[in-house]
Amino acid sequence: MAEKSGFSAHLRTYLTGYVLSVVFTLAAFWAVLALGKEYKSVLILVGLLGVAQLIVQLKCFLNVTTQREGRDNLALILFSTLILLIIVLGTAWIMGNLAMRMHTTM
Amino acid sequence: MDGNSSALNKGLRESPGAIHKDPDMVIFGFWVFMMSDLIFFGVVFAIYITMIGATAGGPGPRELFDFGSLFAQTMLLLTSSLTVGIATITMKHQRSQGSFLFWVVVTLLFGLGFLTLELLDFSEMAAKGGIPQRSGYLSAFFGLVPLHGLHVSFGCLWMLVMIAQVLTVGMTDLVKLRFLRLALFWHFLDLIWIGIFSVVYFGGWVYG
Repeated sequence: MAEKSGFSAHLRTYLTGYVLSVVFTLAAFWAVLALGKEYKSVLILVGLLGVAQLIVQLKCFLNVTTQREGRDNLALILFSTLILLIIVLGTAWIMGNLAMRMHTTM
Repeated sequence: MDGNSSALNKGLRESPGAIHKDPDMVIFGFWVFMMSDLIFFGVVFAIYITMIGATAGGPGPRELFDFGSLFAQTMLLLTSSLTVGIATITMKHQRSQGSFLFWVVVTLLFGLGFLTLELLDFSEMAAKGGIPQRSGYLSAFFGLVPLHGLHVSFGCLWMLVMIAQVLTVGMTDLVKLRFLRLALFWHFLDLIWIGIFSVVYFGGWVYG
Protein backbone atom coordinates (compact mmCIF):
# COMPACT_ATOMS: atom_id res chain seq x y z
CA MET A 1 0.00 0.00 0.00
CA ALA A 2 2.88 2.34 0.82
CA GLU A 3 4.36 1.59 -2.58
CA LYS A 4 1.10 2.40 -4.27
CA SER A 5 0.96 5.85 -2.67
CA GLY A 6 4.56 6.40 -3.77
CA PHE A 7 3.55 5.56 -7.32
CA SER A 8 0.61 7.96 -7.38
CA ALA A 9 2.68 10.70 -5.72
CA HIS A 10 5.29 10.35 -8.47
CA LEU A 11 2.58 10.29 -11.12
CA ARG A 12 1.06 13.44 -9.67
CA THR A 13 4.44 15.22 -9.86
CA TYR A 14 4.78 14.36 -13.56
CA LEU A 15 1.18 15.35 -14.32
CA THR A 16 1.61 18.68 -12.49
CA GLY A 17 4.74 19.36 -14.53
CA TYR A 18 2.93 18.44 -17.73
CA VAL A 19 -0.11 20.65 -17.07
CA LEU A 20 2.06 23.64 -16.11
CA SER A 21 4.22 23.12 -19.23
CA VAL A 22 1.13 23.02 -21.46
CA VAL A 23 -0.18 26.24 -19.88
CA PHE A 24 3.17 28.03 -20.35
CA THR A 25 3.42 26.79 -23.96
CA LEU A 26 -0.11 27.94 -24.81
CA ALA A 27 0.57 31.33 -23.20
CA ALA A 28 3.77 31.74 -25.27
CA PHE A 29 2.04 30.81 -28.55
CA TRP A 30 -0.91 33.08 -27.76
CA ALA A 31 1.37 36.02 -26.87
CA VAL A 32 3.36 35.76 -30.11
CA LEU A 33 0.36 35.24 -32.39
CA ALA A 34 -1.72 37.99 -30.77
CA LEU A 35 0.92 40.62 -30.05
CA GLY A 36 4.07 39.58 -31.96
CA LYS A 37 3.31 41.59 -35.10
CA GLU A 38 3.18 44.98 -33.31
CA TYR A 39 5.29 44.58 -30.19
CA LYS A 40 8.83 43.22 -30.25
CA SER A 41 8.84 43.35 -26.45
CA VAL A 42 6.55 40.31 -26.48
CA LEU A 43 9.80 38.32 -26.60
CA ILE A 44 10.49 39.29 -22.98
CA LEU A 45 7.23 37.57 -22.03
CA VAL A 46 8.13 34.54 -24.19
CA GLY A 47 11.54 34.39 -22.50
CA LEU A 48 10.03 34.52 -19.01
CA LEU A 49 7.49 31.80 -19.91
CA GLY A 50 10.34 29.69 -21.36
CA VAL A 51 12.43 30.04 -18.20
CA ALA A 52 9.38 29.19 -16.06
CA GLN A 53 8.79 26.06 -18.14
CA LEU A 54 12.48 25.08 -17.89
CA ILE A 55 12.34 25.34 -14.10
CA VAL A 56 9.08 23.35 -13.91
CA GLN A 57 10.48 20.57 -16.12
CA LEU A 58 13.81 20.45 -14.25
CA LYS A 59 11.92 20.06 -11.00
CA CYS A 60 9.06 17.76 -12.03
CA PHE A 61 10.57 15.69 -14.88
CA LEU A 62 14.32 15.66 -14.18
CA ASN A 63 13.93 15.59 -10.37
CA VAL A 64 16.53 18.29 -9.80
CA THR A 65 16.33 19.39 -6.18
CA THR A 66 18.03 21.85 -3.89
CA GLN A 67 18.19 19.09 -1.24
CA ARG A 68 21.55 17.90 -0.02
CA GLU A 69 21.66 14.66 -2.07
CA GLY A 70 21.07 16.57 -5.30
CA ARG A 71 23.68 19.29 -4.79
CA ASP A 72 26.27 17.84 -7.20
CA ASN A 73 23.75 17.85 -10.04
CA LEU A 74 22.54 21.33 -9.19
CA ALA A 75 26.10 22.72 -9.04
CA LEU A 76 26.85 21.13 -12.42
CA ILE A 77 23.68 22.54 -13.99
CA LEU A 78 24.23 26.04 -12.59
CA PHE A 79 27.86 26.11 -13.74
CA SER A 80 26.91 24.89 -17.23
CA THR A 81 24.18 27.53 -17.37
CA LEU A 82 26.74 30.20 -16.48
CA ILE A 83 29.02 29.07 -19.34
CA LEU A 84 26.01 28.93 -21.65
CA LEU A 85 24.94 32.48 -20.79
CA ILE A 86 28.49 33.80 -21.27
CA ILE A 87 28.68 32.16 -24.72
CA VAL A 88 25.22 33.15 -25.95
CA LEU A 89 24.87 36.63 -24.42
CA GLY A 90 28.54 37.42 -25.10
CA THR A 91 28.15 36.49 -28.77
CA ALA A 92 24.92 38.46 -29.15
CA TRP A 93 26.50 41.49 -27.45
CA ILE A 94 29.73 41.53 -29.47
CA MET A 95 28.18 40.70 -32.84
CA GLY A 96 25.27 43.09 -32.26
CA ASN A 97 27.66 45.88 -31.35
CA LEU A 98 29.76 45.11 -34.44
CA ALA A 99 26.69 45.19 -36.68
CA MET A 100 25.65 48.54 -35.22
CA ARG A 101 29.10 50.09 -35.76
CA MET A 102 29.33 48.69 -39.29
CA HIS A 103 25.83 50.12 -40.01
CA THR A 104 24.56 46.76 -41.22
CA THR A 105 20.92 45.99 -40.57
CA MET A 106 20.15 43.63 -37.73
CA MET B 1 24.42 9.78 5.62
CA ASP B 2 28.05 10.75 6.23
CA GLY B 3 29.55 13.98 4.96
CA ASN B 4 31.37 12.27 2.12
CA SER B 5 28.31 10.74 0.51
CA SER B 6 28.39 13.02 -2.53
CA ALA B 7 28.55 11.24 -5.87
CA LEU B 8 32.04 12.59 -6.63
CA ASN B 9 33.68 11.35 -3.45
CA LYS B 10 32.09 7.92 -3.69
CA GLY B 11 33.85 7.01 -6.91
CA LEU B 12 37.22 8.35 -5.86
CA ARG B 13 37.45 6.31 -2.67
CA GLU B 14 36.81 3.01 -4.41
CA SER B 15 38.59 1.15 -7.19
CA PRO B 16 38.11 2.55 -10.73
CA GLY B 17 35.92 -0.40 -11.78
CA ALA B 18 33.49 0.30 -8.95
CA ILE B 19 32.60 3.67 -10.47
CA HIS B 20 30.65 1.95 -13.24
CA LYS B 21 28.60 -0.01 -10.71
CA ASP B 22 27.54 2.93 -8.57
CA PRO B 23 24.20 4.10 -10.03
CA ASP B 24 24.51 7.64 -8.62
CA MET B 25 27.89 8.00 -10.25
CA VAL B 26 26.61 6.68 -13.59
CA ILE B 27 23.68 9.12 -13.54
CA PHE B 28 25.96 12.00 -12.53
CA GLY B 29 28.29 11.11 -15.42
CA PHE B 30 25.35 11.21 -17.78
CA TRP B 31 24.46 14.67 -16.49
CA VAL B 32 28.01 15.78 -17.33
CA PHE B 33 27.49 14.52 -20.88
CA MET B 34 24.13 16.31 -21.18
CA MET B 35 25.59 19.58 -19.93
CA SER B 36 28.43 19.37 -22.48
CA ASP B 37 25.75 18.77 -25.12
CA LEU B 38 23.94 21.84 -23.76
CA ILE B 39 27.05 23.96 -24.38
CA PHE B 40 27.22 22.56 -27.93
CA PHE B 41 23.60 23.59 -28.50
CA GLY B 42 24.37 26.97 -26.93
CA VAL B 43 27.05 27.71 -29.51
CA VAL B 44 24.68 26.83 -32.36
CA PHE B 45 21.96 29.01 -30.77
CA ALA B 46 24.47 31.88 -30.59
CA ILE B 47 25.23 31.49 -34.31
CA TYR B 48 21.51 31.51 -35.10
CA ILE B 49 20.91 34.68 -33.06
CA THR B 50 23.67 36.55 -34.94
CA MET B 51 22.21 35.33 -38.26
CA ILE B 52 18.64 36.62 -37.71
CA GLY B 53 17.96 39.02 -40.55
CA ALA B 54 20.84 37.70 -42.71
CA THR B 55 18.43 36.38 -45.32
CA ALA B 56 20.34 37.78 -48.36
CA GLY B 57 17.04 38.52 -50.13
CA GLY B 58 15.83 34.96 -49.63
CA PRO B 59 12.74 33.85 -47.72
CA GLY B 60 12.70 34.74 -44.00
CA PRO B 61 10.83 33.48 -40.92
CA ARG B 62 7.56 35.26 -41.84
CA GLU B 63 7.33 33.42 -45.15
CA LEU B 64 8.62 30.07 -43.93
CA PHE B 65 7.34 29.28 -40.44
CA ASP B 66 4.15 27.27 -39.94
CA PHE B 67 2.96 27.81 -36.36
CA GLY B 68 0.26 25.14 -36.62
CA SER B 69 2.86 22.47 -37.32
CA LEU B 70 5.17 24.00 -34.70
CA PHE B 71 2.44 23.77 -32.06
CA ALA B 72 1.69 20.13 -32.96
CA GLN B 73 5.41 19.26 -32.77
CA THR B 74 5.70 21.01 -29.40
CA MET B 75 2.73 19.15 -27.94
CA LEU B 76 3.93 15.77 -29.28
CA LEU B 77 7.38 16.21 -27.75
CA LEU B 78 5.99 17.53 -24.46
CA THR B 79 3.53 14.62 -24.18
CA SER B 80 6.30 12.14 -24.98
CA SER B 81 8.28 13.66 -22.10
CA LEU B 82 5.32 12.87 -19.82
CA THR B 83 4.94 9.29 -21.12
CA VAL B 84 8.66 8.52 -20.72
CA GLY B 85 8.26 9.77 -17.15
CA ILE B 86 5.32 7.41 -16.60
CA ALA B 87 7.45 4.57 -17.99
CA THR B 88 10.18 5.52 -15.49
CA ILE B 89 7.85 5.38 -12.49
CA THR B 90 6.29 2.09 -13.67
CA MET B 91 9.84 0.75 -13.69
CA LYS B 92 10.78 2.26 -10.31
CA HIS B 93 7.67 0.85 -8.64
CA GLN B 94 8.13 -2.54 -10.31
CA ARG B 95 4.83 -2.61 -12.14
CA SER B 96 4.44 -5.29 -14.82
CA GLN B 97 6.90 -5.46 -17.68
CA GLY B 98 3.94 -5.18 -20.07
CA SER B 99 2.82 -1.79 -18.77
CA PHE B 100 6.41 -0.54 -18.82
CA LEU B 101 6.84 -1.58 -22.46
CA PHE B 102 3.46 -0.03 -23.31
CA TRP B 103 4.60 3.41 -22.11
CA VAL B 104 7.96 3.06 -23.89
CA VAL B 105 6.18 2.24 -27.16
CA VAL B 106 3.79 5.19 -26.66
CA THR B 107 6.81 7.46 -26.15
CA LEU B 108 8.48 6.04 -29.25
CA LEU B 109 5.33 6.70 -31.32
CA PHE B 110 5.15 10.31 -30.08
CA GLY B 111 8.83 10.72 -30.93
CA LEU B 112 8.33 9.32 -34.43
CA GLY B 113 5.25 11.55 -34.87
CA PHE B 114 7.36 14.56 -33.92
CA LEU B 115 10.05 13.61 -36.44
CA THR B 116 7.47 13.07 -39.20
CA LEU B 117 5.94 16.52 -38.66
CA GLU B 118 9.37 18.11 -38.49
CA LEU B 119 10.46 16.53 -41.79
CA LEU B 120 7.16 17.59 -43.44
CA ASP B 121 7.81 21.10 -42.14
CA PHE B 122 11.33 21.10 -43.62
CA SER B 123 10.08 19.86 -46.99
CA GLU B 124 7.43 22.63 -47.07
CA MET B 125 10.12 25.17 -46.24
CA ALA B 126 12.24 23.79 -49.07
CA ALA B 127 9.27 24.08 -51.44
CA LYS B 128 9.11 27.81 -50.60
CA GLY B 129 12.80 28.20 -51.38
CA GLY B 130 13.98 27.80 -47.77
CA ILE B 131 17.00 25.57 -48.30
CA PRO B 132 20.23 25.70 -46.26
CA GLN B 133 22.32 27.04 -49.20
CA ARG B 134 20.01 30.04 -49.75
CA SER B 135 21.30 32.37 -47.01
CA GLY B 136 23.33 32.59 -43.84
CA TYR B 137 20.10 32.75 -41.89
CA LEU B 138 18.82 29.50 -43.38
CA SER B 139 22.20 27.79 -42.91
CA ALA B 140 22.04 28.69 -39.22
CA PHE B 141 18.42 27.49 -38.99
CA PHE B 142 19.23 24.16 -40.62
CA GLY B 143 22.33 23.82 -38.46
CA LEU B 144 20.30 24.07 -35.28
CA VAL B 145 16.79 22.61 -35.65
CA PRO B 146 17.78 19.35 -37.44
CA LEU B 147 20.58 18.94 -34.87
CA HIS B 148 17.83 18.61 -32.27
CA GLY B 149 15.91 16.31 -34.66
CA LEU B 150 19.02 14.14 -34.97
CA HIS B 151 19.13 13.84 -31.17
CA VAL B 152 15.46 12.80 -31.17
CA SER B 153 16.21 10.20 -33.90
CA PHE B 154 18.99 8.72 -31.79
CA GLY B 155 16.64 8.75 -28.77
CA CYS B 156 14.14 6.71 -30.83
CA LEU B 157 16.89 4.28 -31.83
CA TRP B 158 17.93 4.01 -28.17
CA MET B 159 14.29 3.24 -27.28
CA LEU B 160 14.16 0.41 -29.84
CA VAL B 161 17.37 -1.03 -28.37
CA MET B 162 15.90 -0.81 -24.85
CA ILE B 163 12.71 -2.61 -25.95
CA ALA B 164 14.85 -5.37 -27.50
CA GLN B 165 16.94 -5.65 -24.31
CA VAL B 166 13.89 -5.85 -22.02
CA LEU B 167 12.40 -8.57 -24.24
CA THR B 168 15.62 -10.62 -24.34
CA VAL B 169 17.29 -10.19 -20.92
CA GLY B 170 14.38 -8.79 -18.88
CA MET B 171 14.41 -5.89 -16.38
CA THR B 172 17.90 -6.38 -14.96
CA ASP B 173 19.59 -3.63 -12.93
CA LEU B 174 21.81 -2.78 -15.89
CA VAL B 175 18.81 -2.42 -18.23
CA LYS B 176 17.02 -0.25 -15.65
CA LEU B 177 20.05 2.03 -15.31
CA ARG B 178 20.27 2.36 -19.09
CA PHE B 179 16.61 3.26 -19.29
CA LEU B 180 17.01 5.89 -16.56
CA ARG B 181 19.66 7.56 -18.70
CA LEU B 182 17.41 7.37 -21.78
CA ALA B 183 14.61 9.06 -19.81
CA LEU B 184 16.98 11.85 -18.70
CA PHE B 185 18.14 12.29 -22.31
CA TRP B 186 14.55 12.46 -23.55
CA HIS B 187 13.51 15.06 -20.94
CA PHE B 188 16.65 17.04 -21.83
CA LEU B 189 15.60 17.11 -25.51
CA ASP B 190 12.31 18.66 -24.47
CA LEU B 191 14.22 21.35 -22.55
CA ILE B 192 16.22 22.14 -25.72
CA TRP B 193 12.95 22.30 -27.67
CA ILE B 194 11.67 25.06 -25.33
CA GLY B 195 14.73 27.07 -26.42
CA ILE B 196 14.07 26.24 -30.06
CA PHE B 197 10.46 27.37 -30.20
CA SER B 198 11.15 30.45 -28.05
CA VAL B 199 14.36 31.66 -29.71
CA VAL B 200 14.43 30.12 -33.21
CA TYR B 201 10.77 30.32 -34.15
CA PHE B 202 9.35 33.16 -32.03
CA GLY B 203 12.55 35.23 -31.86
CA GLY B 204 13.13 34.77 -35.60
CA TRP B 205 9.53 35.57 -36.45
CA VAL B 206 9.36 38.75 -34.34
CA TYR B 207 12.76 40.10 -35.44
CA GLY B 208 13.14 38.58 -38.92
